[in-house]
Amino acid sequence: MLRYTIHRILLMIPTLLGVAVLVFVLLRLMPGDIVELRFLAEGGQVSPEVIAAERTRLGLDKPMWRQFGDWMTGIFVGDFGISMWTGRPVVDEIASRLELSMQVALMATVFAIVLAIPLGTLSALYKDSWIDQVIRLFAIAGLAVPSFWLGMVIILVLLLNFNWIPPLTYTPIYEDPWTNLSQLIWPAIAVGYRYSAVATRMMRSTILDVLQEDYIRTARAKGVFERLVVARHAMRNAMLPVVTVIGLEFAFLIGGLVVTEQVFNLNGIGKLFVETVTRADYTMVQALVMLVATFFILVNFVVDLLYAALDPRIRYR
Amino acid sequence: MKRLSVLLMVAATLAVSAGGAYAQKRGGELRFAVSAEPPDYDCHAATSFAFIHPVRPHYNTLLKFDEPKYPAVKGDLAESWTVSKDGLTYTFKLRRGVKFHDGSPFSSADVKATYERIANPPEGVRSIRKAAYADIAAIETPDANTVVFRLKQPNASMLTNFASPWDCIYSAAKLKEDPKFPLRNVLGTGPFRFVEHAAGSHWVGRRFEDYHVKGRPYLDGFRAIFIRDTSARVTALQAGEVLAEFRGQSPADRDKLVKALGDKIEVHESPWVCSLVVTFNTERKPFDDARVRRALSIAVDRWQGAKALSKIAIVRHVGGLLRPGYELAAAEKDLVQYPGYGRDIKKSRAEARRLLKEAGVPNLKFKLLNRNVPMPYTHVGVFVIDQWRQIGVQVEHELPETRAYISNLRGGNYDAGMDFNCDAVDDPNLQLAKYISADRSPINYGRYNDRKLDALYDQQKGELNPAKRAAILREFERHALNEGYTFPTIWWHRIIVHWKEMKGWYMSPSHYINQDLQDVWLDR
Repeated sequence: MLRYTIHRILLMIPTLLGVAVLVFVLLRLMPGDIVELRFLAEGGQVSPEVIAAERTRLGLDKPMWRQFGDWMTGIFVGDFGISMWTGRPVVDEIASRLELSMQVALMATVFAIVLAIPLGTLSALYKDSWIDQVIRLFAIAGLAVPSFWLGMVIILVLLLNFNWIPPLTYTPIYEDPWTNLSQLIWPAIAVGYRYSAVATRMMRSTILDVLQEDYIRTARAKGVFERLVVARHAMRNAMLPVVTVIGLEFAFLIGGLVVTEQVFNLNGIGKLFVETVTRADYTMVQALVMLVATFFILVNFVVDLLYAALDPRIRYR
Repeated sequence: MKRLSVLLMVAATLAVSAGGAYAQKRGGELRFAVSAEPPDYDCHAATSFAFIHPVRPHYNTLLKFDEPKYPAVKGDLAESWTVSKDGLTYTFKLRRGVKFHDGSPFSSADVKATYERIANPPEGVRSIRKAAYADIAAIETPDANTVVFRLKQPNASMLTNFASPWDCIYSAAKLKEDPKFPLRNVLGTGPFRFVEHAAGSHWVGRRFEDYHVKGRPYLDGFRAIFIRDTSARVTALQAGEVLAEFRGQSPADRDKLVKALGDKIEVHESPWVCSLVVTFNTERKPFDDARVRRALSIAVDRWQGAKALSKIAIVRHVGGLLRPGYELAAAEKDLVQYPGYGRDIKKSRAEARRLLKEAGVPNLKFKLLNRNVPMPYTHVGVFVIDQWRQIGVQVEHELPETRAYISNLRGGNYDAGMDFNCDAVDDPNLQLAKYISADRSPINYGRYNDRKLDALYDQQKGELNPAKRAAILREFERHALNEGYTFPTIWWHRIIVHWKEMKGWYMSPSHYINQDLQDVWLDR
């Protein structure tokens, strides 16, 4: 297990390096840069000298290999750079948004798990009954409805019925839990619904598969109560793919709530992503991509480790 | 009696809309939306309204625009001023008792340090509007309350320049310690002191209790909330979470808000100091031929286009090179004499076809580079392409992201481009800079040089007599439109919707001015 863990950790290095090269090159393939955007997007009469000086200040006049080298050296010593747009450290820019994104992702995950596991199980146990049909309809609707659209509907319903919309600015949960939840519960529901639909479908199909297994028949033949058969033997074994889906979805939510964050005006990582890509803020985009990639890799790693905990037959060497 | 009541109603309306001398209430926090966010805090290096809206309330400028009498100017930190007959000396008497937010006193040294920073920025300091003050030969401070600007040559736009919302007055002492101080710090003499900028979220200002204008500001403070998404902004306005958004709304959003909120809101509309212009890459054939450019200009029916597009986009006004309604702009009787502004579009299109045939390109095909911003770029782009189709010209609409759009436009990687001419104020020196030679103007993307336009530009700039200046401007306009290197399509129309409880704010043709919030109050 230890050897496997070290092997996986070492594999992360070339993966992240590949991501770094890819994002670095792709960003610079597009014509234009942050300096032209900043000074000319609103019609400023800026002299070519000012533009050239700004490019020099930001290091954009250096050869690409040198810019990449500077970036990698910085990362190696824990310096992720300065945002080209705001001039503030990228770590500060990300940190101020990460808390909100993490909370929405966690709330959506809890919401999804609480719904998906019982609903998926019920749907499988009562296959083809009206219960199954209703749950499947609920899940298919969740897959079909984009989260941001559901978010817009939620806002409209709140506005038209209660003349109220969720707060526009973020209050940490430790400062004012009520205000915090009144802002974040809605995006968590909007995102969690789709998330739960994916997990419900997965839970249903894996339970159905597992219920056909020999050990389930054996348990039933031994006279184990049906409830125990489902809870101890079926659900536990069915959880493996569901955990994978939950893990991947959670990692996606950290940087993937691009449109939902815009709809609810949430100052999170997704909104920051859009803004920095639009502004061609290379250092910020690079840092964000690396953050999300690292997160994905770590979540996958944790999910793999969880497999062993869930299924004693799995042993990593 | 009926007549009297009508008069009273009109008077009351005027008093309300002027935010005039009646029953202003003190207190409250004004919450307004801003669709973008300032990257840093240095006025002299900024170009965006997203900077002006949250930052301007912290600062004063030397002069500012007299809101109800725009484009007339009035003193902000200047109490009074005189201009010498030859237009070479501007003497300002400054207000006494003015303090910076840190309690330090304001004096003429601060004005001198500020303008020297703009005109001759030290190493590492960005000054975007350096060119506007290129005519300054010397700045003198005979005493703490007087500042004298001596010019090398007359400049008819100098007072407008001194009222520019970008020229925040900084503390000389702070600039001496660090010329880059304003980049990361907000320290002005304005009505509100800086409290907080939560990156990506909001900006907060609180009343400066030692503000030099007695009894102002009325508000306890303001909170600018950054809302990037248009529908989220409109929803926030509808819900009353914000009382205003000062850049502008689309006609559809205005109608939606009016329908939802009825008499709880006020709607202000005005021509806007912004226009979309078509520019041709004169280094590419056949756009090096004036006949081709003129044909493409006169084929556009601006009058009908303005009428139709105003229903769906933020454009409405037909104008020349200066904003329709501006005192130095061409009147309609002049406009209709210019190529492309005739009322008989059939005749114009016949002439356009003839010109294209004569130039040897009767079946012209090219690409129009446009910005991937729907309002109003896409609308106007589709409109002009359709106008050209009617003279047999086929055009492909290219809509890259803003970054690639600007790069291609600036780098000459295009045939024809939908460019924009948007300024903080009405000023021929600003608006005509787009049309003078490329070797003089960084925003001439047509890549041509025309010495006649350059000479006329310099002439109007130095002409202090408004009537004579207007005559030169007409000549400039006629020549520019005949050549057709770059031609205006339809001027923008600014629509502001705000809750009625916000009072004392004035509409203007620019989303960059009247934003110090000094006289704004809440009727609660």
